[in-house]
Amino acid sequence: MTTDRATAAVVADAIEKRFGPTPALAGVSFTIHAGELFGFVGPDGGGKTTLFRILATVMLPTAGRAQVLGRDVVRDLWALRPRIGYMAGRFSLYPDLSVLENLRFFASVFGTTIDEARADIAPIYSQLEAFNDRRAGALSGGMKQKLALCCALVHRPEILFLDEPTTGVDAVSRREFWDLLGNLKKAGMTIVVSTPYMDEATRCDRVALIQRGRLLGTDTPQQIAASFDRPLLAVHAADRYRALLALRESPRTHSVYPFGESLHYADSSVDATADSVAADVTTYLVSRGFDGVRVEPATPTVEDAFIARMGAPEGDVARSDQAHS
Amino acid sequence: MTTIPAIDVHDLTRRFGSFTAVDRVTFDVRSGEVFGFLGANGAGKTTAIRMLTGLLAPSSGRASVAGHDVFHESERIKRTIGYMSQRFSLYEDLTVRENIRLYGGIYDLSDGDIRDRTDRMLARLGLEHAADAFVRAIPLGWRQKLAFSVALLHRPRVVFLDEPTSGVDPITRRQFWELIYEAAASGTTVLVTTHYMDEAEYCDRISIMVAGRIAALGTPAELKRDFAVPSIDDLFVRLAREAQ
Repeated sequence: MTTDRATAAVVADAIEKRFGPTPALAGVSFTIHAGELFGFVGPDGGGKTTLFRILATVMLPTAGRAQVLGRDVVRDLWALRPRIGYMAGRFSLYPDLSVLENLRFFASVFGTTIDEARADIAPIYSQLEAFNDRRAGALSGGMKQKLALCCALVHRPEILFLDEPTTGVDAVSRREFWDLLGNLKKAGMTIVVSTPYMDEATRCDRVALIQRGRLLGTDTPQQIAASFDRPLLAVHAADRYRALLALRESPRTHSVYPFGESLHYADSSVDATADSVAADVTTYLVSRGFDGVRVEPATPTVEDAFIARMGAPEGDVARSDQAHS
Repeated sequence: MTTIPAIDVHDLTRRFGSFTAVDRVTFDVRSGEVFGFLGANGAGKTTAIRMLTGLLAPSSGRASVAGHDVFHESERIKRTIGYMSQRFSLYEDLTVRENIRLYGGIYDLSDGDIRDRTDRMLARLGLEHAADAFVRAIPLGWRQKLAFSVALLHRPRVVFLDEPTSGVDPITRRQFWELIYEAAASGTTVLVTTHYMDEAEYCDRISIMVAGRIAALGTPAELKRDFAVPSIDDLFVRLAREAQ
């Protein structure tokens, strides 16, 4: 990317954070451009929350440096805080205060008022205003997240850090929340957001895949999906679970796993065409007595690319770690 | 395999004051079936599950779980089912072995049974080396797989899984689903909730609750065909929006 580091919204240089022997962040570096909707995508325990706390100036890194809006997150934290909106993971509002009281409180902390911020928060607040007197703790999951977003915006920050705003929220509310983020981005806001839901990666301009404190790659979601380097097939069979077990025994299988309504299969041969592999897989399953076999080329997604890049899952690596501890 | 449904629900209703959280819900789940129980936040899923697990008395209707009536045999139901939720499942300050022993004791298993089943479970999960590690020290993905196995320790006929894979990495999530398939193949009935819509496609049948009622019920393929939608995600969003 060509953006000058001096005008970037966030520049992270080898940020590291240790709480014990295993690093929560093992030296991550990236640049986020002004006006970008940038996503950190990865499972729980990958380091997303630690990273967001450091960028939001509420936690010190063990090593490395980060700049937000051209300011150092450690040295310049007091200058930086009023310019940052931070929505912590889980529910970070006061459940016993009403919607209006929560908003007033967060406005007053930053020495402002709801009226001063009204134009900026209007698109979101308009959906909440009818519930002004309801206790925040009594709101639905989706509404809580909208209120939290409103509170993070009430002091009119220049950049938003949203840590897992859609975790545990149903699919409809998640879509609505991403629509709101899209509108904020159009209005010029820089938005940094984390999510464990791989499908949400496509709503971002660029994403960084994060796993076990390391970045597995940073690119547009399209490029990340396209980086899947072998023909990918969707395999349908009447008994999907047994088909999965059977394919796993085939020496030609590179990887096979459930994906939505089908199995995603990648062949060990990188050069074979999708059509020839599809024909072979069909023969393999039919010869083993499977019914309803249908094999067709599939388009890799960010999730396929993540699976390909992450190698062994969380547990299997920790296992070797523990073996000598 | 028995012909009596593992879960049999007819016109099940629960009111809180003037609010009807679950409104004449009817469905059944066959033995060995993996049933996806979906719905938006606030649609009534949790209330329904609390009734089916014997934690909350229904207002009207009828339901049985593993052959036990939810009105009169809620204590029997609690002993016959397994339950696992993403929010709480294992005690973090106990070791893996201590957690298994605790649950075995709660379900009245003999010491010999607990020992046998502990060894078998740890071997199956490849967790022998971590038997004496504190649960808080093991990765989330393992914890969830272990919690599922512990929920099956007393060999329940029916197991309820409430968002079991939230926040888990994509490979571990799939390994978790293989444990579900395996349990179902050996006859355990599974009722599972999830916010991952691709996981809805892994179920034999699903129901989608909207505003206290079941708005759609069938196999994922049937529902996509009948509602003419490309994915369960699209169906979910459409049904929830229609209700607004």
